[in-house]
Amino acid sequence: MSQETLLTLSVVILFLPLLSFVLLIFFNKRLPKQGDWLGTGIAFVALALAIVVFFTKLTQFPNETIQASAEWVSFGNVPGIGQLTLDLGIMLDNMAAVMLVVVMLVSSLVHLFSIGYMHGDVRYGRYFSYLGIFTFSMLGIVITNNFWMMYVFWELVGLSSYLLIGHWFEKKSASDASKKAFIVNRVGDIGFFTGIMILYATFHTFSFDSIFGTMQSGTIPFGSETWLTAAGILIFCGAIGKSAQFPLHVWLPDAMEGPTPVSALIHAATMVAAGVYMVARTFAMMTGDALMFIAYIGAITAFIAATIAIAQNDIKKVLAYSTVSQLGYMVMGLGVGAYSAGFFHLTTHAMFKAGLFLGSGSVIHAMHHALHHAGDHHTDPQDIRNMGGLKSKMPVTYWTFLIYTLAISGVPLTSGFLSKDEILAGSLAYGSLTGHYLIPIIGFFVAGLTAFYMFRLLILTFWGEHKDHHRLEAIHESPRTMTIPLIVFAVLSFFAFYSFNPFGATDGWFMNAVPRPVSSVPATTAAAGIEEFNEALHYSHTSAMLLSLLVAGTGILVAFATYYWKKISADNIATTLAPVHKFFLNKWYFDELYQATFVKGTDGIAAAYRWFDEKIIDGIVNGTARWTKAVTLGTKNNWEEGNIGAIIYLVVSGVISIYAGWVTGNAIWPEEITVLLAIWNGLIALGVAGLTFFLFYVGVGGFDNRIVDGMVNLTAYAAGFFGLLTRKVQTGKVQTYIAWVLLGVMVFFLWFR
Amino acid sequence: MSILGIGILTWITFLPILGMVVVLMLPKEQKETMKWVAAGATFLQLVIAAIIFLNFDKGMAGINSADGMQFVERASWIDVQGLSWFGRVHIEYFMGVDGLSVTMVLLTALISFVAVFASWNIEKALKGYMAMFLLLDTGMMGVFVALDFFLFYVFWEVMLLPMYFLIGVWGGPRREYAAIKFFLYTLLGSVLMLLAIIALYFSVTILDPATGEKMHTFNMLAMMDPANLEPDSLLAGVSTYWRYLAYIALFIGFAIKVPMFPFHTWLPDAHVEAPTAISVILAGVLLKMGTYGMLRINYAMFPDIANDTAWYLAIFAFINIVYGALCAMAQKDFKKLIAYSSVSHMGVVLLGMAALNTQGMMGAVFQMFNHGTITAMLFLIVGVIYDRAHTRDLDAFGGLAITMPKYTGIMTVAFFAALGLPGLSGFISEAFSFLGAFQTFRTITIASTLGIVLTAAYMLWTLQRVFLGQPNEKWKDMPDINFREAFMLVPLAIIVIFLGVYPSVILDLMTSSLNRLVEVVNTGAAMAIVP
Repeated sequence: MSQETLLTLSVVILFLPLLSFVLLIFFNKRLPKQGDWLGTGIAFVALALAIVVFFTKLTQFPNETIQASAEWVSFGNVPGIGQLTLDLGIMLDNMAAVMLVVVMLVSSLVHLFSIGYMHGDVRYGRYFSYLGIFTFSMLGIVITNNFWMMYVFWELVGLSSYLLIGHWFEKKSASDASKKAFIVNRVGDIGFFTGIMILYATFHTFSFDSIFGTMQSGTIPFGSETWLTAAGILIFCGAIGKSAQFPLHVWLPDAMEGPTPVSALIHAATMVAAGVYMVARTFAMMTGDALMFIAYIGAITAFIAATIAIAQNDIKKVLAYSTVSQLGYMVMGLGVGAYSAGFFHLTTHAMFKAGLFLGSGSVIHAMHHALHHAGDHHTDPQDIRNMGGLKSKMPVTYWTFLIYTLAISGVPLTSGFLSKDEILAGSLAYGSLTGHYLIPIIGFFVAGLTAFYMFRLLILTFWGEHKDHHRLEAIHESPRTMTIPLIVFAVLSFFAFYSFNPFGATDGWFMNAVPRPVSSVPATTAAAGIEEFNEALHYSHTSAMLLSLLVAGTGILVAFATYYWKKISADNIATTLAPVHKFFLNKWYFDELYQATFVKGTDGIAAAYRWFDEKIIDGIVNGTARWTKAVTLGTKNNWEEGNIGAIIYLVVSGVISIYAGWVTGNAIWPEEITVLLAIWNGLIALGVAGLTFFLFYVGVGGFDNRIVDGMVNLTAYAAGFFGLLTRKVQTGKVQTYIAWVLLGVMVFFLWFR
Repeated sequence: MSILGIGILTWITFLPILGMVVVLMLPKEQKETMKWVAAGATFLQLVIAAIIFLNFDKGMAGINSADGMQFVERASWIDVQGLSWFGRVHIEYFMGVDGLSVTMVLLTALISFVAVFASWNIEKALKGYMAMFLLLDTGMMGVFVALDFFLFYVFWEVMLLPMYFLIGVWGGPRREYAAIKFFLYTLLGSVLMLLAIIALYFSVTILDPATGEKMHTFNMLAMMDPANLEPDSLLAGVSTYWRYLAYIALFIGFAIKVPMFPFHTWLPDAHVEAPTAISVILAGVLLKMGTYGMLRINYAMFPDIANDTAWYLAIFAFINIVYGALCAMAQKDFKKLIAYSSVSHMGVVLLGMAALNTQGMMGAVFQMFNHGTITAMLFLIVGVIYDRAHTRDLDAFGGLAITMPKYTGIMTVAFFAALGLPGLSGFISEAFSFLGAFQTFRTITIASTLGIVLTAAYMLWTLQRVFLGQPNEKWKDMPDINFREAFMLVPLAIIVIFLGVYPSVILDLMTSSLNRLVEVVNTGAAMAIVP
């Protein structure tokens, strides 16, 4: 297969889901079964193609980056630069090939799972069409070769996320969550966009290769290393939004308002990983400082989210915070320089986290039906305190869930063990190289927390006793469309798919396929080089593995002691540490904080501006009109009464004030031509014009008492000027108007001559 | 190019007047015929616009070169030997289009055609309405094709009068107030513009090609050539006091139209009171005259001042973007919200212009076009529910996505286009404007990106309040959009999507001209004009 064919296939993969979207959004009602088979079928075809592309790429062209571009917009012959175009293009390297498979795999299995899960939904067909546009946008991010398209698809992913979170938009909480997700992401995106603007202003291109290449040869934004670091951090802001990093992580837990398969696809496996993917794509332009920033953000996120996760009772919320925490891990991994490990964790996490969400979906589905069966509409089907003992009733769900839990906790023989271990080893190496030991400390601590809260979840959901026997009786295993995806993800959570060595992925095909790229930034600002890093990594590997086994084991043990053997009372701890527990339970009060500051603040400013606009700005406008009316009416009356003195007074005072303004203006800014002076004199000119203008009306009899009639005269003025007669013109006066206007124009002519 | 021996630009400009004459001759009762006459006239106008589009030579720059103008029509209009001190007055009937105006010509034809159908339900004095509407159309088109400043001014004023009546007679409850405000405000701008025109007239001399006699001229292209400035005249020199003054006078005249903060308060009133079709025209076309005038006249004739004051313009652009968005956020009236969103979106045009580089200018002009189509959609969308519910209170609705699914689908396109979603046209123009502006003003541009978030916030909040949630019992039987409404909205939606994916169709028209304009502005400032 040639390189061109591979690219063509990638484009076909990209557009297949779009086709699915277009067909389903318009015709879902007319298709049998609302077209679920169509969407799912297209997804599986794309998956098959993606697997072909993946194998071909890795076997035939393992070291090439295949890309193609085409002109999209031409800026023509730009003065000072020359011919400038905006090209679109796609790129297929190993990372993109892997991502194609990951995205299509999760997407197609989620399609399949949804057939069972969403059965009977009000907008069933539309749901599948949204899955299509999501998959399209996500694939776009994966195979682009430039920042422009990256941003375009980045936002489109945001749109599909918005649509899917708000799928049940009748619920206020769902529409709130979708809105929040979009807006919070936009906050990150303006950072991303600003970063792109910095790069564009310097390089006049969006292409990754051109930018990094030019950077390699020494050109950096505005010739300043600070701007380069700023560009890196700003671009990373996009990832902070999309990958739900601190401080913009608040949207992701709320996004669980969407259907559970959507949570698996978008808010666990793929979209939220886009931020990580993007950082990996732009890794070459990150300076050492930018990477340190990234590492710290990742670590802080991992820590905050893990502490929140231990206190949550909603099965999806626990998983949501676990996702945030794991994304923090990936970002931290990239930040410390463990590039391949970060991307590796993205992939393994996609499998077991998608599985966890689908598994929770299976549980919720069963609970929902059981509750529905019992006529119970009060019990929350997602609250783990209402669960327990589901093991026997839902064996497939249970066993797969167990495998995922082992994987995320980092138990050996699982994929999660491999990838997490690599990240932790990397962070330890980073600590030894830079002295920032806080990052590995947080890393290991969070690993323990993760094992603890995941086993808590597993135990409370599947083990122990169910509170209500009748309800338990009514619980059944989910249909096959739902269990098959669970099994596939569980199988893919084993180590063997990624490396044949269960205790180290360094020599596995995966880590070797996505080596860390060479940095493009000037050596003085770059982070530790690849060789230096690998050497440190070599020393930290064994200790990292032992440590991670230790913390994971401790976490699991404590979870069993607390929730299974009940040696430790969770309630007691919660009471003893009441403030801490409350703090975690309430998610560190981030939502409250943002609500009180940003949301309320913006609302307040908006209301204040509205008032300012209506009362002050418009007040001045209306005030001017009123003042003019009063003055002209006064003048008119004086005129009619023959009180010439008053008019002379008005004119003279006007002239004097203009002259005074003139003199003052020239005295303050002698000779120098400044804008202020010009504006000042512009205002004077305005005054002269206004005065002349209204003198016309004084001259011809002026305003009538009602301003509307005045307007008719005004219209007549305009009409008369151009010889356009309207019916409203009072005949006989027109000639007078024209005469006056012509006189006025002549005055201007004379004045300027 | 001509049809029946009459130039194509004359056709496209005066076809509506023809329609107006026909409408005026029709008996009062024949309402349907009047509507179809108007529809026919605007349709033919659209066809001519399409012919212009197809025959437009993208390589020709125009701007300050008469040879680069296309479809030129030129004839002597008024030529009088005046008083001895007054000199000879020579006014030309001079029309032509280049890359800057051709997009506006297309937009005007398109929006006018759509607006006729938005006027379909007008009951009161339909004859007068259609006559005024068609007159307005001529005025708008004329502004964009005129190359003689006097002619430009005539069209500028022609457009004012029917607009005053259309708001003042066919508008909402506070129509008279809104109409007067619109009229006075614009007239104030016109007066200032007139002053500047006269100043320019007396400063520029050319040689009459026929007699070789020296004379003053209203020819815009002649005014753009610094060599034509009389050495001792008022506007001779570089960055002089009088040049500033003339620039500011012109600028305020145009800024009122844009509308630029702080001259924007006529806009919410006019928009809210005007009938739907007129709001569509106002936002779709009229606002663009302001920015068009700035580019065509301020920039090309006063490149020195344009350069000196670009920074101030960027500040005002920032205020427009952020202040407009915040004001929009606080509105309770759907139409007023859209009106303020126009203030914010026109700020993007100003920002792109202030950049004085190709990306920024292309973004600005493309944003003028896109704002025309997108805001037209938004006003039509408001019109649809106002027709049914007779209220525009944002909190009075809810759940329309369930009762009116088709309508909601189209609305989604318009809303997301307005908040700059990639894949839709608004994004490209906004992004280009920002990309251009950032190269010139870093801080202001970064600050202006705040508008991107605010726009998303108020748009989505509006969408949530009106369309999401449980359907309001009161409107649960509200019918979905009918054929006529779909006929207006769907083509606009298609344009918005198409240009979002393939913007070159419009961008290529303007590339050469805008590069020329950038060159004029950047080199013109440095060019010494011998006093």
